[in-house]
Amino acid sequence: MEKNINLTLKIWRQAGPKVKGEFETYKLDNVSTDNSFLEMLDILNEKLVKERKEPIAFDHDCREGICGMCSLFINGHPHGLDGETTTCQLHIRRFHNGQTITIEPWRSAAFPVIKDLMVDRGAFDKIIQAGGYVSVNTGGVPDGNAIPISKVFADEAMDAASCIGCGACAATCKNGSAMLFVAAKVSQLALLPQGKVEAAHRAKAMVAKMDELGFGNCTNTGACEAECPKAISISHIARLNREFLSAKFKD
Amino acid sequence: MWLLDSSIGRKLIMSITGVFLVIFLLFHSIMNIVVIISPEGYNAICAFLGANWYALVGTSMLAAGFVFHILYALYLTFQNMRARGQQKYSVTKNQKSVDWASQNMLVLGIIVLGFLGLHMFNFWYKMQFAEISGIHTGQFDPANGAAYVEDLFSNWAYCVLYIVWLSALWFHITHGVWSALHTLGLNNRTWLPRVKMFANIISSIVILMFMSIPVYYLFGCAT
Ligand code: HEM
Ligand code: SF4
Ligand code: FES
Repeated sequence: MEKNINLTLKIWRQAGPKVKGEFETYKLDNVSTDNSFLEMLDILNEKLVKERKEPIAFDHDCREGICGMCSLFINGHPHGLDGETTTCQLHIRRFHNGQTITIEPWRSAAFPVIKDLMVDRGAFDKIIQAGGYVSVNTGGVPDGNAIPISKVFADEAMDAASCIGCGACAATCKNGSAMLFVAAKVSQLALLPQGKVEAAHRAKAMVAKMDELGFGNCTNTGACEAECPKAISISHIARLNREFLSAKFKD
Repeated sequence: MWLLDSSIGRKLIMSITGVFLVIFLLFHSIMNIVVIISPEGYNAICAFLGANWYALVGTSMLAAGFVFHILYALYLTFQNMRARGQQKYSVTKNQKSVDWASQNMLVLGIIVLGFLGLHMFNFWYKMQFAEISGIHTGQFDPANGAAYVEDLFSNWAYCVLYIVWLSALWFHITHGVWSALHTLGLNNRTWLPRVKMFANIISSIVILMFMSIPVYYLFGCAT
């Protein structure tokens, strides 16, 4: 049922990467509970523009939970309190009248703030470029049944492939570790015959890039899995460890 | 060297030294519990593990294990704090599924280390060290472990201190054991809950065996 509520928003404002940021408080009245969280920010930005103030910069693109662009650390949780949803799938009906909402950017040494709530997640692209692909000449389209893949492996690879690279795992991790993301990207290929060929090289190259970019050491707290909008399981991290260690011992 | 430069290499050292220490604790606790069952039997073990070459090799390996575990723990934690970044979140919430111990491994380790110093002074210094050096550091014969145990735990404050210490160690290893196996890659979706259960059982057995000793003396069962 639609109703309107009043919100107090504590939002991180930072003019640029090198500038010191701070929280600013905004009052937003009469927000429909049918609005999505990002629509609420749009309304606030329109208001700011009308008042001739600088609107708040935040990342978003698909607004349907598939692109991984939206970020936002909302009241202590990446993508807000709800499990298995992205910020763009969060709705104002999950908040109550008069509530104060604290909105922060991802904070991690490897994700520097560009402006306000927008961070540079290029580090993840660099990790993918280091080896998150299959480099074989595939020729024509092969027959669908030519390469048998067991249902178990197909499902596990599919689950890993649902990672949208949003960065919530590294943002929430007390160690600033990107292991869940890297594990998902290594697993989705290592489990399939096409990806197995380069599995050893891939695991080594992607982990080396991850370390080089300044992400932390995983201590298996499991916070990443709890906050991941796609519920990627930490069991993929065990697979990454396995792939990496066996590749190193073979050298 | 990838054991120093790569995060998973560093974690490998953490997990191997950690598992090694847990295996040591398992043997240590089995030997200790003998003091309740038979003080004479316990003294026989103490005499056997005195200043012999095998006991000394064992002790040196153990010390090396500790040193590596602690150095890597400090290095890892320092790097992790740097990776987290300068600017902290103003609001953070814990997730229900995250164990408290897993977020506080360094603190728990430091508590364990502090008490370990006390423990070495209470026993090792007066037993193995006395035997190696020939200096008489305690009031009993170095191989008379049972007398030292009884003497120390006749003081209730020491019983309580040891119980607190062992509780911290329990938290450290309940997370440590499964985390170490996970780091070694010995885990998957089906085994994850089983490996965690295994870690809880092993940790609880070890700690209960140790703890039964101060509890036994605290409640005056010896007299
Ligand atoms: C009898 C003593 C100890 C035992 C049995 C033990 C055991 C373990 C085990 C099994 C792990 C898991 C390794 C992994 O996750 O791969 C671990 C992790 C850890 N230990 Fe210990 N430990 C002991 C003493 C200490 C001490 C004295 C310190 C620090 C001063 C310490 C600091 C840490 C830290 C920071 C971790 C987390 C690192 C990580 O999970 O990657 N530990 N310990
Ligand atoms: S593993 Fe989950 S939290 Fe991490 S980047 Fe992928 S979808 Fe986002
Ligand atoms: S905007 Fe695309 S996932 Fe949220």
